[in-house]
Amino acid sequence: MITFDAVTKRYPDGTVAVDRLSLEAPTGEITVLVGPSGCGKTTSLRMINRMIDASEGRILLDGEPVQGIDPPTLRRGIGYVIQQAGLFPHRKIVDNIATVPYLLGWDKKKARVRAMELLERVGLDPALAGRYPFQLSGGQQQRVGVARALAADPPVLLMDEPFSAVDPIVRTSLQDELLRLQAELNKTIVFVTHDIDEAIKLGDRVAVLRVGGTLAQVADPKTLLSEPADDFVREFLGHDRGIRRLQFVSTEGLRLRTDLTVEEGAERGTSESWQLVVDAEGRPLGWASGARPGELEPYGTFVPGRDSMRSALDAALLSPSGCAVAVDEQGKVVGVATREALDQALAEAADG
Amino acid sequence: MGWLSAFFSWLGEFFGSPENWSGPGGIPMRLLEHLEFSALALVLAALIAVPLGLVIGHTGRGEVIVVVSANLARALPTLGLLVMFVLLLGAASIWPVIIPLVLLSVPPILVNTYEGIKGVDPELRDAAYGMGLRGGQVLLRVLVPVALPLILLGCRLSAIQVVATTTVAAYTGLGGLGRYVIDGFATKDYASVVGGSVLIVLFALVVQILFTLAQRVTVSPGVSQRLKVR
Ligand SMILES: Nc1ncnc2c1ncn2[C@@H]1O[C@H](COP(=O)(O)OP(=O)(O)O)[C@@H](O)[C@H]1O
Ligand SMILES: [Mg+2]
Repeated sequence: MITFDAVTKRYPDGTVAVDRLSLEAPTGEITVLVGPSGCGKTTSLRMINRMIDASEGRILLDGEPVQGIDPPTLRRGIGYVIQQAGLFPHRKIVDNIATVPYLLGWDKKKARVRAMELLERVGLDPALAGRYPFQLSGGQQQRVGVARALAADPPVLLMDEPFSAVDPIVRTSLQDELLRLQAELNKTIVFVTHDIDEAIKLGDRVAVLRVGGTLAQVADPKTLLSEPADDFVREFLGHDRGIRRLQFVSTEGLRLRTDLTVEEGAERGTSESWQLVVDAEGRPLGWASGARPGELEPYGTFVPGRDSMRSALDAALLSPSGCAVAVDEQGKVVGVATREALDQALAEAADG
Repeated sequence: MGWLSAFFSWLGEFFGSPENWSGPGGIPMRLLEHLEFSALALVLAALIAVPLGLVIGHTGRGEVIVVVSANLARALPTLGLLVMFVLLLGAASIWPVIIPLVLLSVPPILVNTYEGIKGVDPELRDAAYGMGLRGGQVLLRVLVPVALPLILLGCRLSAIQVVATTTVAAYTGLGGLGRYVIDGFATKDYASVVGGSVLIVLFALVVQILFTLAQRVTVSPGVSQRLKVR
């Protein structure tokens, strides 16, 4: 566990970047520091590995004040990932990843084996091991940055806007990858971002900071969305707070109809205006309507139980039928969530 | 095309005469002298300037030394410096010539080494510290390899300057390839002047090639980005 105990940082020019911050980042969880630019996120993060020293207060790592630990020794035990990856351009990818093991005096062969293992862990082709950083895309470099931080298996990981410089599609996949890794590794992660969506997606706990370096609220994402502490937090969360809350509502109990599905070629003949046409394997092909026979309209799918109500609603809005297609992990149709069913689930979500 | 044929006949005369290939005034001996003076001056200059540039660039302390040395290099007349040292120290040893040669080659190496280290991306420096490297490790394992092209550039500039200045140093009675040019003018032996000049040009070219090779061998492909992006 990382504990901020009334920590203040005053820069030599008088700027108070962090003001009496008290916060805990529990072991094995992702704690996200989020807030507008200049609110002291980076400063807070860098005080943990003593890249910056606190002016007042204490930071404890499992109860031990970091101020008492020699900075290089401290840092070798803490993974650190920054925005532009900061890979060493003169070293091959495998040696970049093995940086900290080399520093710790590991046998060179052992360090490289470990590096290769991590390369695959973060979803990179082992063939990249022999390349240099300039030969990799931004997203790949960022993955290498994560692998490098994990190389010596530190219990703590500090990440400073690691995914902000890559395009949205790559960012999403990097975020998913991090969650997958974290499910396996259970590191204590402190993650800094200015992006509230990222914070909500990744955080077990989200700490919202306001400019001046004070803590506005710390809560799990669901609570944050449903009970913002004040106007600042409410405004920072944005207008679509309600919609985003649906991300945390399960589709488990959603009522599904199975009588709206017809196999290809067997359509028509019922009174229902919309019918979902499926192929012989049960995969969806499109919506058929009595009004326009012979034409298939678009559809959207979600996996009940796995995906959230937000996904289900999104799937419904993708189709003129207004219904969301429920599929299993293999993509086979298991039922249809109608407007009425979604409506009822939304009403329940609003209540509790 | 009269001058061209004259040029080649002088060349033929110079390189063709057997007495130019042996003895203390022969081409092998003069080449060796030239190499000796240039190399000695360059190595001494590098031994002073590289560590100094590394430390100043890394710590940011003593930057005034870099500025002063750069300005002095621009202000001091090469030949004047040479003559002054010879007058001060006499012409009995090679040092009156070596010292000014060293003084002249320090600034390009110092300035480029300093700029190279100073100019490394702060994010990279930051990442190196963040991984847990100590100050010296950051310098030697990250900053130097990344700044190496500039450090070598400084050395190459100095080398070219030293080769040229060693030629001029023949005025003070020193050996080396400059002897052919200076003595040739004095005795109106144009074959010697032309032959000596060609040798100096070739010598400088070889130095350039050597530095290019050294760069190829020592600079990481990740820094020079010579590899194709696959
Ligand atoms: N080295 C520094 N000297 C003076 N002020 C600084 C320094 N670094 C950051 N600041 C100031 O401290 C505040 C917080 O900065 P930072 O922690 O980088 O914020 P964030 O990461 O949330 O954008 C800002 O007002 C910034 O201008
Ligand atoms: Mg920041």
